[in-house]
Amino acid sequence: MRAKPLIRFANHLLCLLALSLLGLGPALAQAPQAGLSSDVPTIVINTGTAAQLKIAVVPFAFEAAGAPVETDVSDVVRMDLSRSGTFAPLDKKDVVEFPTRGNDIKYATWNLLKQQFIAVGRVTDADGGAMRVEFELYDVAKQERLLGLAITGQRSDLRGVGHQIADLIYEKITGLRGAFWTRVAYVTAAGVSPNINYALMVADSDGYNPQVLVKSREPLLSPSWSPDGKKLAYVSFERGDSAIYIQEIATGSRQVVSNRKGINGAPAFSPDGSKLALTLSYLGNPDIFIMDLASRELKRVTNHFSIDTEAQWMPDGQSLVFTSDRSGKPQLYTVSTAGGDATRLTFQGEYNAKSSISYDGKKFAMAQGTGNVYRIAVLDRSKSAAGMNVLSPGSVDESPSFAPNGSMLLYAATDGPRGVLYAVSADGRVRQRLVLADGDVREPSWGPFRQR
Amino acid sequence: MNTSLRLAIAALLCVTAVGCAKKAVKTQPSGNTESTSQPTTGGSTEAGGYKETDLTSDSCLRQRVIYFDLDKTEIKGEFQAQIACHSKFIRQFPNYNVTLEGNADERGSREYNLGLGERRGNAVQSGLSSAGAPGNQLNVVSYGEERPTCKDHSEDCWSKNRRVEIVYTKN
Repeated sequence: MRAKPLIRFANHLLCLLALSLLGLGPALAQAPQAGLSSDVPTIVINTGTAAQLKIAVVPFAFEAAGAPVETDVSDVVRMDLSRSGTFAPLDKKDVVEFPTRGNDIKYATWNLLKQQFIAVGRVTDADGGAMRVEFELYDVAKQERLLGLAITGQRSDLRGVGHQIADLIYEKITGLRGAFWTRVAYVTAAGVSPNINYALMVADSDGYNPQVLVKSREPLLSPSWSPDGKKLAYVSFERGDSAIYIQEIATGSRQVVSNRKGINGAPAFSPDGSKLALTLSYLGNPDIFIMDLASRELKRVTNHFSIDTEAQWMPDGQSLVFTSDRSGKPQLYTVSTAGGDATRLTFQGEYNAKSSISYDGKKFAMAQGTGNVYRIAVLDRSKSAAGMNVLSPGSVDESPSFAPNGSMLLYAATDGPRGVLYAVSADGRVRQRLVLADGDVREPSWGPFRQR
Repeated sequence: MNTSLRLAIAALLCVTAVGCAKKAVKTQPSGNTESTSQPTTGGSTEAGGYKETDLTSDSCLRQRVIYFDLDKTEIKGEFQAQIACHSKFIRQFPNYNVTLEGNADERGSREYNLGLGERRGNAVQSGLSSAGAPGNQLNVVSYGEERPTCKDHSEDCWSKNRRVEIVYTKN
């Protein structure tokens, strides 16, 4: 199903409120910059301590035969770079000249506009009705070409082409692989109890092109991507009690992999995709298990009378991070996949649950509760003073999920009675709300990198 | 670690203590073991036996929801009469199965709240069992925070969602 974009973005006041709440001091707070033009996603940028990279993405020329396409590829690129928090792209309305090739760029103009980089491009026809998007990236000060590439895609997938271009620009400039051309899964709930319609959805990383994977009258939760991005594991109550399903995204075919008595929850694929960590309570109370997906054999990892749940794999596949209330309130612990003693990971904050681990295994995002306020916090173990960085203002924020390059996170929050999703840069500088048409949205899960 | 172990043991002792308290209700079903027992329900639990239709007419049996304090799973005194009358009915009518649907408020993570809901369901199950309900008629399902009865972000609403619903099914 290819729908028209059901998503739009609303601007959100992050800076002053969040910073004052978090006690980060007034030095960081600045007046919000003007947003982009009114008909495209608008974000508010908190400029923080580090400078954001300035890039002008000039609207790409349409040089193909036939009617112009709906998608302006350069808009996709500009919004992606903006959402990352690393870049502060020039507003489209402030683009004063429209070069489409490197030779046409008048560097004095872009120097005057204080731009460090400029991207230009054009859309032409390719074989079989496809479109070819050629683009070039230049360093303004050095007047030097950094990239000159062409990506071909179907007319209907020009947003996908735009995301790939944004990835290439992001990687060329930051050295970190871009994660814009990725997908996200989430759960929607529409209606009022007891007539709630739940749906498991998959969409582009910016929320466009939402597709329904599963519809149910009973709760759905905890979508988890297979490392190849082809399958999702999730929890469904459609049989009356919780059960874990694994479903192929392309075909919709699915299997129940666990429907034992009690809780069947929190599935998480191992980094090599051969195993599934899960929570089962059939032996009396929730503990962490690992299922070998080929043989369906179960191995018990934790054995404690507390609630142990929400296992996530460390990138090396050798240990798990999970939530346990063995010390009273929920905190994060690590345990070897072979079992044995668990080690407590979090000590700051009354309540820490539902971790998401960055690709390098150094950052741990979690839902952190203090009193009645729940925010997204990140523990960075790469820093000597392993403090918590709080990324969201609360008060009912949960379910953080890192992008595969660790640069951004998605999380769930509420707006009155509605659940909404936010994307936030990993440094907390840029936060953007994804407003979906389907009402209550929750349980975001950022998918892996895609292969061309 | 030592501290947390001690805490855990303390928690276990608390759970055990709650279990004992329920047994006390069973051995002394006269309804006055707890000062907080609801006077309106004392009569029906004392009566000789229930009729099947009492399920929808009896003032105690019609109460099917047990509420919990924040992060707590013990059954408060005010609900002991409800536990007693339901366990009596369940024991008397083996053709009824009961599902104890555990729920949590919206705060915190969904999967952890599934665990909390199950804990509450288990607490009611053990309360009913201690009061004489046969275990094979009881089943616990946790919905965590997935089935809220209200969606306000306030203690008033949260306290309504921290609950176990007693759901009867006739075979």
